[in-house]
Amino acid sequence: MKFAIALFSAAHAPSSRRALLFAQAALAGGHEIVRLFFYQDGVYNASGSLVTPQDELDLPRQWRSFVTEHRLDGVVCIAAALRRGVLNAEEAGRYQREAVAVAAPWELSGLGQLHDAVQDADRLICFGGA
Amino acid sequence: MPRSLLIISRQSPWSGPSAREALDVVLAGGAFDLPVGLLFLDDGVFQLAAKQDARALQQKDLSANLQALPMFGVEDLFVCGDSAAERGLDPKVLSLEEAQVLSAGEITALIDRYDQVITL
Repeated sequence: MKFAIALFSAAHAPSSRRALLFAQAALAGGHEIVRLFFYQDGVYNASGSLVTPQDELDLPRQWRSFVTEHRLDGVVCIAAALRRGVLNAEEAGRYQREAVAVAAPWELSGLGQLHDAVQDADRLICFGGA
Repeated sequence: MPRSLLIISRQSPWSGPSAREALDVVLAGGAFDLPVGLLFLDDGVFQLAAKQDARALQQKDLSANLQALPMFGVEDLFVCGDSAAERGLDPKVLSLEEAQVLSAGEITALIDRYDQVITL
């Protein structure tokens, strides 16, 4: 089955951890993930600026390794990311901000990518919504 | 045939960016000519309360964007009648005239009709 996964909650939320576990289980079960789309507070999961205490789970790092290892399409909503200060180098330059929080494998793009994934996938699975 | 998507908006307009971000998903779908619907549920019905003064909270008014939905080709607009009544809002005087007021049973059928659902 082709899954699109949308994540709306911050990196410390249990739902964000469940999203990663679901994504790992989907691939382990032989399914395909057409896209991960991080929206609302979900954009924090792509941030390289989070520092997690050593004895706690570093979820953004785990997401990064997971996406890199499986060469997944990881998209962070650009409007949601700008609003929350989760910028890549290009956007930091565009808006003259010093802090760069996101880099590859993540791509900043628009909501069209969410709709595109919805059209492409058999199932959209959402985590961390209201 | 494109897959249909229902966005369920459950947050009040002034509790953070959630209501606006739910609306943005709907508008983006409309811009791509996709079959999207929008249901106002629970505190989401506060987005339709008439005569709100966003400026008093130093916020931008969301209702102007809501009025633009039909212009973006989004005509499937729904509001939960029970949510409105529980919050003291008369479903007949909500600010989005195009929105159909649905009962709980009708909402179950509505969700069933859509291929995918996002709740924000």
